[in-house]
Amino acid sequence: MNATPIIGLEVHVQLLTRTKIFCGCPNRFNPDQPNTQTCPVCLGLPGALPVLNEEAFRLSLRTALALGCRIAPFTKWDRKQYYYPDLPKGYQISQYDLPFSHDGVVEIGGETEGDVPRRLRIRRAHLEEDAGKNLHDESGRGGDSRVDLNRAGTPLLEIVTEPDLGSAADARAFLEDLRLLLTDLEVSDCNMQEGSLRCDANVNVRLALDDGGTATTPIVEIKNLNTFSGVEAAIEHELARQIAEFQRTGRRFGDPGAEKETRGWSAERNETFAQRGKEEASDYRYFPDPDLAPVTVAAEEVARIQERLCEPPGARRRRFAGEHQLSEYDARVIVSQGRQFADYFEAVARACGDAKQAANFVTQDVLRELNARGLGIREFPLTSDVLGGLLARVAQGGITVKSAREIFGELLAAWSARAEAAEDGADVDVGELPGEAAIERIIAERGLAIVNDEGALEAALAAAIADSPRAVEDFRAGKQQAAGAIIGKVMKQVKGADPKRVRELLLKKLA
Amino acid sequence: MSERLTPQLVERVARLARLKLAPDEVERFTGQLQQVLKYVAQLDAVDSRDVEPLAHPLELTNVLRADEPAPGLSREAALANAPRTDGRYFLVPPILDEK
Ligand SMILES: [Zn+2]
Repeated sequence: MNATPIIGLEVHVQLLTRTKIFCGCPNRFNPDQPNTQTCPVCLGLPGALPVLNEEAFRLSLRTALALGCRIAPFTKWDRKQYYYPDLPKGYQISQYDLPFSHDGVVEIGGETEGDVPRRLRIRRAHLEEDAGKNLHDESGRGGDSRVDLNRAGTPLLEIVTEPDLGSAADARAFLEDLRLLLTDLEVSDCNMQEGSLRCDANVNVRLALDDGGTATTPIVEIKNLNTFSGVEAAIEHELARQIAEFQRTGRRFGDPGAEKETRGWSAERNETFAQRGKEEASDYRYFPDPDLAPVTVAAEEVARIQERLCEPPGARRRRFAGEHQLSEYDARVIVSQGRQFADYFEAVARACGDAKQAANFVTQDVLRELNARGLGIREFPLTSDVLGGLLARVAQGGITVKSAREIFGELLAAWSARAEAAEDGADVDVGELPGEAAIERIIAERGLAIVNDEGALEAALAAAIADSPRAVEDFRAGKQQAAGAIIGKVMKQVKGADPKRVRELLLKKLA
Repeated sequence: MSERLTPQLVERVARLARLKLAPDEVERFTGQLQQVLKYVAQLDAVDSRDVEPLAHPLELTNVLRADEPAPGLSREAALANAPRTDGRYFLVPPILDEK
């Protein structure tokens, strides 16, 4: 049976503001100090008046524009009524029929040979407040639930896609890019462990039947997915479960009794499970919130934000592959490290004129050192100019790649030594970063400059051959590795000789 | 009113509001709410076909505040009105429908 998955996502993103969305309480993850970040507004005490945080709205506009959404010139706030202990007012302030943005589009895939890019439409993005947190008694003795309202009122951006995703892998790819985009935009820290990025997935399947007709299975909403692998696995599982259930029951979307179902995901058991349906769950009885004034957005403001948007991750990968001729793999690794890292790569590539070499160094050497030292690219002691200058020497034949690696290591070692000395109280300037002068000094001290003086090479080669009759004999008898001994002697004689050139000359001589 | 106010509807609204009504209360509130709705329904006499729905009663827009922290409540004050606490959290009867 041919099955076409129909997948849409609802993503909740906590925004990176200093304070909550409608009050001046700190917006900070702080589960160890429950109920210490509240005020009459976020506790929903009588008489309290919410006022919108302008930064939360600005960050939301930035995100929506980066997702290609249209910004509504007029937007308002609504109350979504439901009762739950983590919702002190008995309603959530949200946006119902006039969200601040709608109708965006992003592109997925199309980065490997033969992969056709897919469009994912964004239905809307709206702003709302997060609820508090319930902690359930885990003992099984039915003890009280505890409620922490530190999180109540955290600005939450909800992004709703159309059901355009055709596979669990695409759903994951979209979310991974979304996380990159949101961190690049400095809109959210997207810390999934702390719940800054959460996702619900709406899943069903269109089946081509043997009789030539089609059937669509009932829609299932999988709630509270908070890892990328969880999203992918939960959708995979759910698709298979729906197909099996259809084969068993024949139940289709729209059949009586086949209403939208809510399921949870258990990573331990690797399966989705039925959640007790909330009765009349969709009866939220929205109405406009009289406490909050509507917001209007001028076209000039939209244009101003649009102008300053950074390049989205997918577009950047495609550009790296085209403009810099990077492999799909290199482009992916570089962009996945975030905007600053990708900027660093581009600056190095421009400075050295060899993007492939820059990619090699950045994805291997730089990344390794960052990880080993626990640094971000902004704290990395070698600026893009310095690394670019070092690699330019390789590109221009001044030093070998091997020497560049040696100098790279030496510059970092010297910087570390200075930092350690400073920690021990020595009077050294740790702000001074390794520069061109240090590169020149190491090249001179270690004789790393490639010697292109053919006369000197010829002379040294002649001497080495005369000095190694045994090796010459072995080599002529077919022992390739015997050449190494002769080359070694030349290298010792002429510091900075290019071993490749020496080998060439030797082969010519002994031919 | 397109939907007639029946005792079933009163029960449903009560359930959504987590109110437990006795049968005689359902009967009494159905009558009272019918009166309220009848009163409000006088507005139906006005032809509002060409009137934009009102988003807000005041002609105010863009009431915003800067993203600056303001003093809040101490934990003691936050928990002061709660029926039950353990000194750190609000305590509520066990929530069943999540696990
Ligand atoms: Zn507050």
